[in-house]
Amino acid sequence: MLTILFDGVAYGMLLFILAVGLAVTMGLMNFINLAHGAFAMAGGYITVLLMQRLGVPFLVCLPLAFLGAALMGALLERTLYRPMYNKPHLDQVLFSIGLVFMAVASVDYFLGSSQQNIHLPVWLKGRTEIGSDAFMLGMGHYRLFIIAVCAALTVALQYVLTKTRFGSRLRASVDDQRVAAGLGINVNLVFLSTFAVGSGLAGLGGALGAEVLGLDPTFPLKFMVYFLIVVAVGGTSSITGPLLAALLLGIADVAGKYYIPKLGAFIVYSLMIAILIWRPQGLFVRKAAKSS
Amino acid sequence: MKRRQFTAAALAATTFAAALPALAQDNTFKIGLILPMTGQQASTGRQIEAAARLYMAQNGDTVAGKKIQLIVKDDTSLPDTTRRLAQELVVNDKVNVLAGFGITPSALATAPIATQSKTPLVVMAAATSSITEASPYIVRTSFTLPQVSVALADWAPKNGIKKVVTLVSDYGPGIDAEKFFKERLTFNGGQVTEALRVPMRNPDFAPFLQKVRDLKPDAMFVFVPSGAGAAVMKQFLERGMDKAGIKMIATGDVTDDDQLNDMGDGALGVVSSHHYSAAHPSATNKKFVEAFGKANKGLRPNFMAVGGYDGMRVIYEALRTAKTTGKATPTGDALLAAMKGQIFESPRGPIFIDAQTRDVVQNVYLRKVEKKDGQLYNIEFDVIKDVKDPGKTR
Amino acid sequence: MTQLNAREWLLGQSRIKPLEAVFWLLAFAAPVLTPSHALIINEIAIVALFAISLDIILGYTGIVSLGHAAFFGLGGYAAALFAKHVMPDPLVGLAVGIAAATLLGLMASLTILRGSDLTRLMVTLGLGLILMELANKLDWLTGGADGLQGVVMGSILGRFEFDLSGQTAAYYSLSVLLVFFMLLRRVTQSPLGATLMAIRDNRLRAMSIGIPVNARLTLAYTLAAAVAGAAGALMTQTTGFASLDLFEFHRSADVLLILVIGGTGWLYGGVAGAIVFKLMQDFLSSITPQYWMFWIGLFLVVLVLVGRDRLIRPWTWLGAGRKGQS
Repeated sequence: MLTILFDGVAYGMLLFILAVGLAVTMGLMNFINLAHGAFAMAGGYITVLLMQRLGVPFLVCLPLAFLGAALMGALLERTLYRPMYNKPHLDQVLFSIGLVFMAVASVDYFLGSSQQNIHLPVWLKGRTEIGSDAFMLGMGHYRLFIIAVCAALTVALQYVLTKTRFGSRLRASVDDQRVAAGLGINVNLVFLSTFAVGSGLAGLGGALGAEVLGLDPTFPLKFMVYFLIVVAVGGTSSITGPLLAALLLGIADVAGKYYIPKLGAFIVYSLMIAILIWRPQGLFVRKAAKSS
Repeated sequence: MKRRQFTAAALAATTFAAALPALAQDNTFKIGLILPMTGQQASTGRQIEAAARLYMAQNGDTVAGKKIQLIVKDDTSLPDTTRRLAQELVVNDKVNVLAGFGITPSALATAPIATQSKTPLVVMAAATSSITEASPYIVRTSFTLPQVSVALADWAPKNGIKKVVTLVSDYGPGIDAEKFFKERLTFNGGQVTEALRVPMRNPDFAPFLQKVRDLKPDAMFVFVPSGAGAAVMKQFLERGMDKAGIKMIATGDVTDDDQLNDMGDGALGVVSSHHYSAAHPSATNKKFVEAFGKANKGLRPNFMAVGGYDGMRVIYEALRTAKTTGKATPTGDALLAAMKGQIFESPRGPIFIDAQTRDVVQNVYLRKVEKKDGQLYNIEFDVIKDVKDPGKTR
Repeated sequence: MTQLNAREWLLGQSRIKPLEAVFWLLAFAAPVLTPSHALIINEIAIVALFAISLDIILGYTGIVSLGHAAFFGLGGYAAALFAKHVMPDPLVGLAVGIAAATLLGLMASLTILRGSDLTRLMVTLGLGLILMELANKLDWLTGGADGLQGVVMGSILGRFEFDLSGQTAAYYSLSVLLVFFMLLRRVTQSPLGATLMAIRDNRLRAMSIGIPVNARLTLAYTLAAAVAGAAGALMTQTTGFASLDLFEFHRSADVLLILVIGGTGWLYGGVAGAIVFKLMQDFLSSITPQYWMFWIGLFLVVLVLVGRDRLIRPWTWLGAGRKGQS
């Protein structure tokens, strides 16, 4: 049971890192970016390629995946996304789905459609077991690693958001874009850097997740639903919201599949619907929702 | 206003622009190959298409005076699409044979079309027993899960495995595998303590494997569709199941030649049963593997490829020997009759198409994953000859 | 515009224009003129029906839904199961499919009354996925992942058999499409339709002038579910097969795309989008069986960047951004 909890927490934290970028950009730019999963996939494939073709060690690949995805994000934001900000939500949905299709097909064309395997370094492959039988806590070292990295990132993100000037500019822009611009905050720059960091985090999540979630060209389509659930339930006005939502989702999913395998996926969706009907703005909003 | 008029005109224009005249030629023999070229089963489509083209390249494209034309269509693993494509191929392109069919639902959906149009349908990939019973025009050259599952259920008790937990994907072939493995194992004195089924879509093996771990059986019997094997292997190793003394026995879909090398050394020692291994030590197979690799940038053929290769052989041979008047193309019924009872040497070993069930009868090999020339292969160490599909002999 | 002209214009909106009649005539002539395309015409008709059902909630009432396939699938399975176990008459089966979907729509409409766009997106998505899981789990009833086999349809009205060439199917689907299209046309151009559009444009204001918003939302959603159920029933009846794929997320996503491509808030948008999308998909798929997704994605991106309205007015592509009419 404890092992399941542990697995759920690992899964949840991974989902959080993958989805936090989406949550922030949705709250900030009011842009429904369904192509977020494509950046995660990019990070995963960058890692696989670097490891397989150039023999770069796994730990070095992680920051490279982050940088690669962030660069891609910055480039796309500046060129393609920016004209889309003021378009209606439907157009944004169409646009981002179009991007996902292109990304999926391109990756399929250049790298093939089979699952990519990552060969972890030996020190990450082990497993530690504490306790025995019913109360045994089996911790795969890799999942431990994921939890550690994600926890560190969460702390860092929260720090940046609350204690730095950039963080306060970001929060101001989320609260009210026009007033923030009126106060002299370079909103375009805030958007660009936030989008880049969000995409970078997705890329990092993709790299970390390749081992646990699998990596193939249909990754963005498969996991888009989960990201959206995290964002919808967690709300877009903080990062603790999505964090708690992701943990809830991760544990519910893993525990559901373990204890009631017949109903596994049901649990997640039903839970989500119930939560959203009860609290339509998401579980963790601090203030009343602003209109549109 | 203007926009609507323009669009209405555009609609009419598009509708007619899409009408392309079909040129019918009397001397062509058309094979409609419907495969999943995109989506999760894309590797199946890739392997089969490559094998089919290899066969054509090796044996020429003219048989009995007719030119063979291969029409490849992507059904993206959606049974609705497969059915529509099959219907179009039969009605518009007037194909003489339908072939391919990557997953069971695709084959089952298309069965009525084969029956209605009297077109032989060669199943090169799908593996549920009941498929050949869905239409009298269906011939199979792939395999069935019961065929390969009983082999393991015979082997396991003789090698100290008494308690087994089964883990299969929740669809036709998976349920077939589970049922027949359980029956045979229980018959041999073993016991299936729990039967777990993993959903087909977005499978997450971690909680299931954790459950197996907690149940502490002697071994875990696994069937997942080709492509998902690596994920299972990963979880198996990550949960330390090999160290906890739980063996993994599986059907060969898990140690698919397509993915095996990528799985790493953790896969060494896994015992599987299947009808084809790329390392099968016969001259025919060596030639096949070499030619396949040469034509496809070093790609290793897997059991899907051999299903496609042999399927083409069945079609070619049927065209050659079918009874027909003069130079006319044989009818579907004549082709079907010529397909039944074919017996030949395939890269996998000797096989024959049972004339009554129209299903494939072949050897099933027990293999272990070992390293050969620095690469991982399924090395055969035992064989059960001429296995008929147990799913039918009742 | 003088007052008289305005009234004329408003009334004229609901009359059937000559060009519309031409369009429908062409549509019905198509299966005979191009018999080799009867199958895809059938598919287009079904998808068009599905799309206009989505238009009711998306275009006219402003509810964003990513789970519309739930009703499509339920209608499909209901009709297929009815044909297999009770009686193979297509029209009765169609009614059964519609009834089942309506019931589900009524129940589901409770979930979409509250929340923002994103909330509704997720709730509808979740519902669609749950239904798919249900269909998967109840495999003794639905055939599970293998699909429901052996659905043999009887003849329509006792005279028209479903044949291999698909012509009967095409006409069946086209007729049902026409009937529902006219029905929905009447609804959307009635005062009821006007209240829906008012809710779409500004819910608070609509509430303040006395429009029973929740009741209208429920009505619109249930109606859309019913029509989607009809489309699903047509699908399983004309293909003789029902699979879990009817509930798949990509169906909901595809129909959303189709509607947006054709244009929302205009029933012909669903039809136009269906024709363009399906033909394009078929055409691309036969050229590049493996990578057609790329071209569709490219098309979408360009479509949105250029501006949906401007796509069908090529003279605006190169001009300096003249304001597009909505």
